[in-house]
Amino acid sequence: MTLASATVRSGRHGPSGSPHDKQTRPVNRNAGTWFLVLPALIPILILSVGPLLYGIALAFTDAQSGRTRSTQWVGGLNFQDLLHDALFWDSFRIGLLWAVGVTVPQFVLALGLALLLNQNLRMRWLARALAIIPWAMPEVVVGIMWRLVYNPDAGILNETIRDLGLGDGRDWLTGLATALPAVVVVGVWAGMPQTTVALLAGLQNTPHELHEAAALDGAGAWRRFRTVTWPVLRPVALSITALNFIWNFNSFALVYVLTNGGPGGRTRLPMLFAYEEAFRYGQFGYAAAMGCVMVAVISVILAVYLVGRLRGGEDR
Amino acid sequence: MSPRTSRSARAGQYVALLGYLVFLAFPFLWLISTAFKPARELGSLHPTWIPEHPTLDNFRKAFDEQPLLQAASNSLIAALCAAIVAVLIATPMAYVMARHRSRLSTATTGWVVVSQAFPFVLLIIPLFLVLKNLHLINTLWGLIMVYVVWALPFALWMLVGYVRAVPAEVEEAASVDGAGRLRTLVSVTAPLLAPGIVATALFAFITAWNEFFFALVLLKTPEKQTLPVVLTHFIGAEGAADLGPLAAAAFLATLPSLVVFAIIQRRITGSMLAGAVKS
Repeated sequence: MTLASATVRSGRHGPSGSPHDKQTRPVNRNAGTWFLVLPALIPILILSVGPLLYGIALAFTDAQSGRTRSTQWVGGLNFQDLLHDALFWDSFRIGLLWAVGVTVPQFVLALGLALLLNQNLRMRWLARALAIIPWAMPEVVVGIMWRLVYNPDAGILNETIRDLGLGDGRDWLTGLATALPAVVVVGVWAGMPQTTVALLAGLQNTPHELHEAAALDGAGAWRRFRTVTWPVLRPVALSITALNFIWNFNSFALVYVLTNGGPGGRTRLPMLFAYEEAFRYGQFGYAAAMGCVMVAVISVILAVYLVGRLRGGEDR
Repeated sequence: MSPRTSRSARAGQYVALLGYLVFLAFPFLWLISTAFKPARELGSLHPTWIPEHPTLDNFRKAFDEQPLLQAASNSLIAALCAAIVAVLIATPMAYVMARHRSRLSTATTGWVVVSQAFPFVLLIIPLFLVLKNLHLINTLWGLIMVYVVWALPFALWMLVGYVRAVPAEVEEAASVDGAGRLRTLVSVTAPLLAPGIVATALFAFITAWNEFFFALVLLKTPEKQTLPVVLTHFIGAEGAADLGPLAAAAFLATLPSLVVFAIIQRRITGSMLAGAVKS
């Protein structure tokens, strides 16, 4: 597709186009371009790029919710405090644990489902339809729904456990040991469909003839996957995994609804921590510093992803 | 599918698919089941999958307990305005990005990627301060402004793909016929883009309809709040909740997204893949 549009573009500068055309066009194009771009560009600059820079600047101040007028520049003080804030590092650790814990199973399960959906199976349409549900649902509803599933008395999970004779079940979301795993399961459920759909679309790019040729050569399912499917799927897989990791690391609503960071901070993701710091305790500067640390970590991940992607480009 | 797949492999595939179906469906089925159960069955120690005496009481109670109608209309206004404005301003920009390679479109593409990765807390604190100074805290207009910008990256991403799919020759033919640039755009390109623009608007609509974090921070009073924020009020401070109305309200809040999403799902998949694969 990229190739096709490149051809079209070069065609435009081809034989057509009179000298008159060449003289007037650049001026018109520039004026017209700004006219088309500004309606989106101005809001982006004012409400996205601007606040972003403002947010980074706030991290170096002692801004608080009540007294934003007398805000003082404090240099790296917030970051120094963060360094010694055990609670923050706890939440950071939980955030990384959560992001890995969700992203990895999400990818593995999604890959499995995508491979199944790519086969000629009968219930395929149903699985595709169901895969829409978690994707389309508001995160708040996903959280509420799983609260109903996990409910110690009236929930279906404990009832199933009782029916199977495995004991009485437990209070999953408030147990110190079970809260994080319970929340991770919800995260996997919520994000799996999106990953599946992306991987499925990638799979459908795999040339069918290659598969058949490999099969005729006697390659087993695993070898066909490794030599034919995976090389095509790799860029999609890499992109979606990097994005998933970042999205998961930044997630808020799901865990806010499920546990609100409890019990005892066991599920307090960095976003929840920063939110409380900013909007419950009014520590804007400090919370902004947390945001900066999160950005730094994410940037490293993005860099790794981009390098990986460039390498993937060289392979081809 | 290769002809070599054995019967047992096929059976294994069906078992795996069934496992996925159960995993994907059961929480949603449980939500529906809970929403239609009378209070007595919800209190029972042995909950059943299918309500023995299905009832609409929970829906009535949900509307009594929280201002759901108000919240739904707030959500509707916010999502509609955000979607319309986002698409109106994103379409021309996407057109420029798709047709001309310039530093601006490179920078915008970079911004699209970065904005996907941003922890919103770093954005919301300054936005909160700015909107407060403009006296737009606790108003839908403030929220709509935020939603427009928030929906823009993905909207641009989708729309650029749709513009690229319209062959440039079509436009050239029109300009040879003497149509001006703007006229070409409006009368030739726009109609071809229409389905893509609608899909993008619907996607922006769902994104705003489902959004929680910005709404939680920016809207203070219950009569201004959107549906996802009001839903959390059903969960009490101690986490205790009246399960029936909670389930009923949550179920209702999902329906619009599900319907809209079912319509546009294929188109989103396509543009997501385009975004993931192309540089």
